[in-house]
Amino acid sequence: MNIETTGTGTLAIVLIMALVALATRWGGVYLMSFVPINYRVKRFIQAMSGSVLVALLAPMAVAGDNAARVALLTTAVIMLLLKKPLPAIAGGMVAAAVMRYF
Amino acid sequence: MTTANTGLYQLDGSLIWSGFRQLAPISVFVTVFGAAFGLAAKQKGLSDTSIIAMSALAFSGYAQFALLEQWGAQIPLFAMLMTALAINARHLLMGATLYPWLCRLTPAKRYGVMLLASDANWAMSMRAFSGGRPGFGLLLGGGLALWFFWVSGTWLGVYFGNAISHPERLGLDMVMGCFLLAMAVGGEKSPRMLIIWLVAALSSLLAYWYLPDNSHVLVGALAGGMIGTVWGTHDHEH
Repeated sequence: MNIETTGTGTLAIVLIMALVALATRWGGVYLMSFVPINYRVKRFIQAMSGSVLVALLAPMAVAGDNAARVALLTTAVIMLLLKKPLPAIAGGMVAAAVMRYF
Repeated sequence: MTTANTGLYQLDGSLIWSGFRQLAPISVFVTVFGAAFGLAAKQKGLSDTSIIAMSALAFSGYAQFALLEQWGAQIPLFAMLMTALAINARHLLMGATLYPWLCRLTPAKRYGVMLLASDANWAMSMRAFSGGRPGFGLLLGGGLALWFFWVSGTWLGVYFGNAISHPERLGLDMVMGCFLLAMAVGGEKSPRMLIIWLVAALSSLLAYWYLPDNSHVLVGALAGGMIGTVWGTHDHEH
């Protein structure tokens, strides 16, 4: 089934996108309300919260260009040294911009 | 968590405002991506109103860009639904990871604070809770900041877009990546965590290469979670 991208079709697309986003924002919370929070579940959640970040980042670093890799490396180094996110993020972006300029 | 520190679950105006201010510096960069989306959508022929309505109602960056890639005279409904679901699936994980804290709120508040959940404010909120600090102000106030700048950016892109056609030249495409990495590096570091991260990274890469598009976050996060459940015996509770 296809949706026309004119008139009411566009309106339907906007609504579908909004509903999918809402369903995923609420869905995880709703499903968890059926899961008893015991020790194992807590450990699973704790491990998963760090893993979401890593799972987002790994393909960015491996499949990205050199500028992306240098940006992430710079951010990690500054974060380890200074423990402050803003200089780390700024450093990463500057590194990417410099790499792409040359 | 049985000895509940009620301060942890607080949500009031000053906490929301503080969350807004803490996420505002990153949100300014989000404006540029909103503008890039506004411009790209306009070039695809979407009406001004529907572009801004989509950013305001869906508020899901990557999924909105993916929709533009599929844009034509018609869009296959099923493919569009599946792509949007796969890209937004990480919201499911975010809701689940916040559940131990969210379950202390009334259902209205619980689902209310999740309305604007997104990568950056979720990461800040998780970090606050893990450190024993209240996080719902960051989730909601930070979400408001990200939403506001994303929608304003979209509006700017629709009307003045040509000024920002290449955000990657300024390294702006790396904002979210660098931000999330800074959150990860700033978090708990232990040999057990390192193993979990390694498993999450490897499985997300394998999914990225060999499984359907956009499945990597889900696969990596679940694999990391499973290893975390079975690996290590010491009791490391916050």
